[in-house]
Amino acid sequence: MKDFIIPDRDFGTPAAKSKAMVTLTIDGFDVTVPEGTSIMRAAAELGISVPKLCATDSLDAFGSCRLCLVEIEGRNGTPASCTTPVAPGIKVHTQNAKLKQLRRGVMELYISDHPLDCLTCAANGDCELQDMAGAVGLRDVRYEKGENHFEVRNTSGEKNPNWLPKDESNPYFAYDPAKCIVCSRCVRACEEIQGTFALTIEGRGFDSRVSFGAKTDTALTSDCVSCGACVQACPTGTLQEKSVIDIGTPDRSVITTCAYCGVGCSFKAEMRGDELVRMTPYKHGKANRGHSCVKGRFAYGYASHKDRILSPMIRDSINDPWKEVSWPEAMEFASNRMKGIIAKHGRQSVGVITSSRCTNEEAYLVQKLTRAVFQNNNTDTCARVCHSPTGYGLGQTFGTSAGTQDFDSVEQTDVVILIGANPTDGHPVFASRLKKRLRQGAKLIVIDPRRIDLVDTAHIKAAHHLPLTPGTNVAVVTAIAHVIVTEGLFDEAFIRDRCDWDEFQDYAEFVSDPRHSPEATQFLTGVKADELRAAARLYAKGGNGAIYYGLGVTEHSQGSTTVIGIANLAMLTGNIGRPGVGVNPLRGQNNVQGSCDMGSFPHELPGYRHVKNDQVREVFESLWGVKIDNEPGLRIPNMLDAAVEGTFKGLYCQGEDILQSDPDTKHVAAGLAAMDCVIVHDLFLNETANYAHVFFPGSSFLEKDGTFTNAERRINRVRKVMAPRQGYADWEVTQLFAQAMGADWHYTHPSQIMDEIAMLTPSFAGVSYERLEELGSVQWPCNEKAPEGTPLMHIDGFVRGKGKFIVTEYVATDEKTGPRFPLLLTTGRILSQYNVGAQTRRTENVVWHAEDVLEIHPHDAELRGVRDGQFVKLSSRSGETSLRAKITDRVSPGVVYTTFHHPTTQANVITTDFSDWATNCPEYKVTAVQVSPSNGPTEWQEEYAAQAEASRRILAAE
Amino acid sequence: MSADAHEKLIYMANQISKFFESKPEAEGVAGIAAHINDFWEPRMRRHFFEVVDAGGAGLRPLVLAASAKIKRPVPETA
Repeated sequence: MKDFIIPDRDFGTPAAKSKAMVTLTIDGFDVTVPEGTSIMRAAAELGISVPKLCATDSLDAFGSCRLCLVEIEGRNGTPASCTTPVAPGIKVHTQNAKLKQLRRGVMELYISDHPLDCLTCAANGDCELQDMAGAVGLRDVRYEKGENHFEVRNTSGEKNPNWLPKDESNPYFAYDPAKCIVCSRCVRACEEIQGTFALTIEGRGFDSRVSFGAKTDTALTSDCVSCGACVQACPTGTLQEKSVIDIGTPDRSVITTCAYCGVGCSFKAEMRGDELVRMTPYKHGKANRGHSCVKGRFAYGYASHKDRILSPMIRDSINDPWKEVSWPEAMEFASNRMKGIIAKHGRQSVGVITSSRCTNEEAYLVQKLTRAVFQNNNTDTCARVCHSPTGYGLGQTFGTSAGTQDFDSVEQTDVVILIGANPTDGHPVFASRLKKRLRQGAKLIVIDPRRIDLVDTAHIKAAHHLPLTPGTNVAVVTAIAHVIVTEGLFDEAFIRDRCDWDEFQDYAEFVSDPRHSPEATQFLTGVKADELRAAARLYAKGGNGAIYYGLGVTEHSQGSTTVIGIANLAMLTGNIGRPGVGVNPLRGQNNVQGSCDMGSFPHELPGYRHVKNDQVREVFESLWGVKIDNEPGLRIPNMLDAAVEGTFKGLYCQGEDILQSDPDTKHVAAGLAAMDCVIVHDLFLNETANYAHVFFPGSSFLEKDGTFTNAERRINRVRKVMAPRQGYADWEVTQLFAQAMGADWHYTHPSQIMDEIAMLTPSFAGVSYERLEELGSVQWPCNEKAPEGTPLMHIDGFVRGKGKFIVTEYVATDEKTGPRFPLLLTTGRILSQYNVGAQTRRTENVVWHAEDVLEIHPHDAELRGVRDGQFVKLSSRSGETSLRAKITDRVSPGVVYTTFHHPTTQANVITTDFSDWATNCPEYKVTAVQVSPSNGPTEWQEEYAAQAEASRRILAAE
Repeated sequence: MSADAHEKLIYMANQISKFFESKPEAEGVAGIAAHINDFWEPRMRRHFFEVVDAGGAGLRPLVLAASAKIKRPVPETA
């Protein structure tokens, strides 16, 4: 769709990557462009816009509209400038009498089959067809009304067989075939950008129609994933956001960052007044390169949902209803309670949880609150339950707690290992970039208990799928290392140069032991030895090898060990320190990386520096003017244990729903219930708020300034596009609370907080809002050595010096199947929903996923008399719940799978409190369960629902 | 402190031990001690030493060997 707000020029065809340059003349001006550039793009570089309809620079040239014709001296005819590459010395003319006439003729034909309802069309003012009619000087349509696609009935009242009704089945956009010019931009976008192939052109010639799948499909029932790429590409009002149909065109736009997953896509928030009209992916966003998914593009309605709480609330006991109060009253109540607890139980009896959904600046302030104001280190963040093992494992082996590449790196990858991640659902925009590379011929190895979409999807088939038994990651990764070492496939030169050779020798001896061979471990892991060997050889010798992984790696008893094992594989094969390789954790939440960077963990200050280091503490102490505790604080599970024990009494929890997202719900509930003051700071009365005494209403990402740091360490600006609906941005709320607790804080803008972070943290030393304005975004480390940031890490040497090989002994989890609980439950995400669903459940995204279902293999279902769609009871040693079954062979026999997006299901009632040995990251991915037919919700679910409802009562205003 | 909570700490310490048991003994001992010193809050270490001082029943031998190098928390001064 045309950009009419900030002129984001459309160059017509993608940039060519060649280093060789070509000089040509267009309309008398010389221009020098890379070889392979189209004439259209070269002209655009000169500022000459050749009229076009089917071309746009996000898609490969197609040459169908015949509007962009040009003349080249000495060549015959009038070639299309989009499909004709430049050549040295040619002389091109883009405008002359012949071309004008040809273009007008083409436009006349287009318009003869297009309704002339421009004034009432939703795309009025935002339509390339309209613009081109103007550009070519179309003044008249000479064709008489005949067969067409846009009239419902002809003048005799007969139904037009060519007319198709609007398809409004998708909740976010409409498809009006009457307005379609069949330029194929939508079809190509679905193919080239998104890689779903949901759209196609049906029929030929005059009968050609854009179609979602088969003739009987609608947008909703087709394979369409509602990423919005087709809507973005459509030059007319054919594919149009319903919000634009509803509101009208926007009049300004603000570039900001999506608040969903860790890909961190850049968006333009397009506004009219202070109403958000639509979110469109920003072409120059370096994480997404102009692409989006259904969540970021469309699922922002939660910010104005009726459930949003806009007034602070307090209550004496969690059994009371909430009472709405003013901000000062809420601050007084909360600070008095907290002060009382500290006076009675000591400064170690309170703590905070920072949010991976809030900004860096907000996370920084929350951890500062506990370290500088409460004077303890009891701070943790939801990274505890997702990527804390990444921090530990990569910190130990490489020396930094972050991924090594940028997302662009995937464009140069030859072999991808994907472990425990399902990017098409969890990180859709990265998945599209990955799929594009796979379609170009890169090979894929999937290590996952479940047959995720990428194993076999349109135009993509994984070279190897290793469907391992949940909980055996370490055994599989070590077996891969065994093959690489024993078959001599390792990169000796790299290891000698970059790693500690003695440590490598120990490691090589360890992995070479026959007990680590794929033949020895296959009975344990369920992965066939020959398949694993083939996969290992491919990764080691297939060119640039990159490993991407997700929570299927970290959320295990041996999560940290697997991360170490992955780092070992990359070092063994020399796949570190250049484009196309590396170790890439796919982060769950928008700012998981940032919240970790900001010192949210209880043992380290911002920049991953342990609190035991005197020099580090001194830097903070001198600026903050307080003494900082030199002992590590409590992690979330430890806080809950201490609460049950009676020594932890007060918690300030910003933007996280631990009751729903953390394992062993009953234990979390017991911990929260044992506290005297729980402050929940959130957009909604979330599940944790059922146990809260104070509720601070939060602001959405549209209502504040700040920064998010994505999975590639990229610091992106979040920009305020409207005023906070409840009065304050979240950083202001934290500051008000700190002030009520006696702190002397006076930040007036988040940029000042970033300046403080930069002053205290070497890897952020060069980061400032000015820098971000200048560069758009920057990847840390950003400092004197790397003033423009660091897209690739460990180029000449590891951050820690020599890369460290660490042996990875497989230790079976204690969560074992047995006669009572014979199946293994593993959990994951679905595209349309996000995390605990607090945001996405409050949008139209529920049409795709209204409830969590249990995937079960036909054999297991038959054995238990379970039918598709029927309610089943899912029970583990921790608890039981019920949900509907979905019979599918995507899971292996013995494995069942569900998502955790809906509080009524509460999958975490089932999960146990086993956790990663190093970080206490919970073992979400393995729970021994039994499944049996059931009539409906369990007693626990009913009790929970009743308790939740009672605790959400709000007293009527007096 | 309940027996339950002690049990949890014993379990956690043993889990850490199992990772370090595949390393040479001295490295393993140092590794466990450093890990617990770096990541366990004083309350947890206090309870840990309650177990150790009561004979260390349930702790794996390497954890016991490492306990000499684990910092005893100073009594809390609120």
